[in-house]
Amino acid sequence: MLNNLTQPHEYPGKLFVVEGIDGSGKTTQLGLLAKWLSAEGHRVFVTEWNSSALVKAATKTGKKKNALTPMTFSLLHATDFADRLLYKIIPPLKAGMIVLADRYAYTAFARDATRGVDRQWVRELYSFAVRPDVALYFRVPIDVSVDRLMARRIKLKFYEAGMDLGWSTSPLESFKMFQGRVLDEYDHLVDEFGMQVVDAKGSITAQQRTVRALIAQHAQISQIDIAAGEITNDESV
Amino acid sequence: MTSPSDAPETPEPGANGASQAGGYYGRGIPYLPIGGYPGKLIAIEGTDGVGRSTQIQLLREWLEVKGYGVIETGWTRSPLMQPTIELAKSSNTLNKLTFVLLYATDFADRLEKEIIPALKAGFVVLSDRYIFSALARAGVRGVDRQWLRNLYGFAIAPHMVFYLNIDVKTLIGRVLESRGMDFWESGMDLKHGDDIYDSFRTYQNKLLKEYASMADEFHFRVVDARRTVDRIQDELRRQVGAFLEPVEKAPEPVLSAKV
Repeated sequence: MLNNLTQPHEYPGKLFVVEGIDGSGKTTQLGLLAKWLSAEGHRVFVTEWNSSALVKAATKTGKKKNALTPMTFSLLHATDFADRLLYKIIPPLKAGMIVLADRYAYTAFARDATRGVDRQWVRELYSFAVRPDVALYFRVPIDVSVDRLMARRIKLKFYEAGMDLGWSTSPLESFKMFQGRVLDEYDHLVDEFGMQVVDAKGSITAQQRTVRALIAQHAQISQIDIAAGEITNDESV
Repeated sequence: MTSPSDAPETPEPGANGASQAGGYYGRGIPYLPIGGYPGKLIAIEGTDGVGRSTQIQLLREWLEVKGYGVIETGWTRSPLMQPTIELAKSSNTLNKLTFVLLYATDFADRLEKEIIPALKAGFVVLSDRYIFSALARAGVRGVDRQWLRNLYGFAIAPHMVFYLNIDVKTLIGRVLESRGMDFWESGMDLKHGDDIYDSFRTYQNKLLKEYASMADEFHFRVVDARRTVDRIQDELRRQVGAFLEPVEKAPEPVLSAKV
């Protein structure tokens, strides 16, 4: 069986993804990365985990009633992902754009395995995914992420805290236990899928500097794009 | 080994006929070990309009009269997913992958919440369609067959799979006589043309080939569905009866039988 997630894609565009647990700061970093890339003149499209309209109703119903099992949770997220991949991710890649994904299949690998779903099954499930050009993993100790979430007065959500697993009735305790296990899963994924680890304890600016260096070096985007732009201008206009 | 589960040490790569009836086809659901349940899972498969529901109704009646507890389950009937699937179908926003995945989600929901609990409690579960319809529909739409079998590796291998076999010509007559041709059952999403009759014939022909190609792999009991309702029902009852009777008459299970 063809596994797209382990083979480089052939689209002219670039796919960069950020991964990490809640409170790792990955969304902040992705936002800054998008700003920079746009300012450099790239066309950028951002897509978020679990954001397609298609499965919104079912996810909402399921979450409200706490009716999702680990399997339906996993499959609903895969459905959302398939929908976004085909409508939101692949078209911009074909058009030569930069796609930034806030969470990717690795989130499913880490969370679903923690919930007790078969690891290999989830990997096969997502084998239709496009392999990112760079996957950044924001590694953070659980206490730092909890402090950040608390400082922002973010209420821990039922599933994000892994409360469906019934490990603890305290959302905070449950969050620490669940996300702690998710961190262990991520550690395995780093080697398995060649993710770039960013130390997410550091300052926002320091992290962003690392991120930009990694992206520039891995994709050589600025050079390629500027060159391409010049050629087009010279020849057609 | 403390668990009564018969889960194989090295799991199969995906859904295939090598699995034991009542066990998972493939990798299964690790947090839900199964095996040794008293209930029986019987799937009635066949294409659209072949007469599955009628046969299930009659079979249920008969089984209940005989004293069996019966639970029915059908494709896309989970409370979690039905509204979403209906919406997606009507708004035409499905692509072939999301199509497959929505149905798989629906199936997972029913499997965990209806089928497994019912098998545990000793019911005969009659499934109106099973994963084979999903495999056939997706196969016709060009979805990778091995990926599909891996995906459905969490399904339970039924104790019996009846496949109601029919030819397209007879099927067309039956469908037109009853309720007419439907957009999805005609595979209009595959854009074979605007003519629903031609599309129905082409699509159903392909579907029937897909089903036929699975018959050996998944041990279908092929039933000739061109016959009358009663004749078909007789055959189903004969086979189901022969399968369930020994179970019914069996004395207390021997506890030492399992290692």
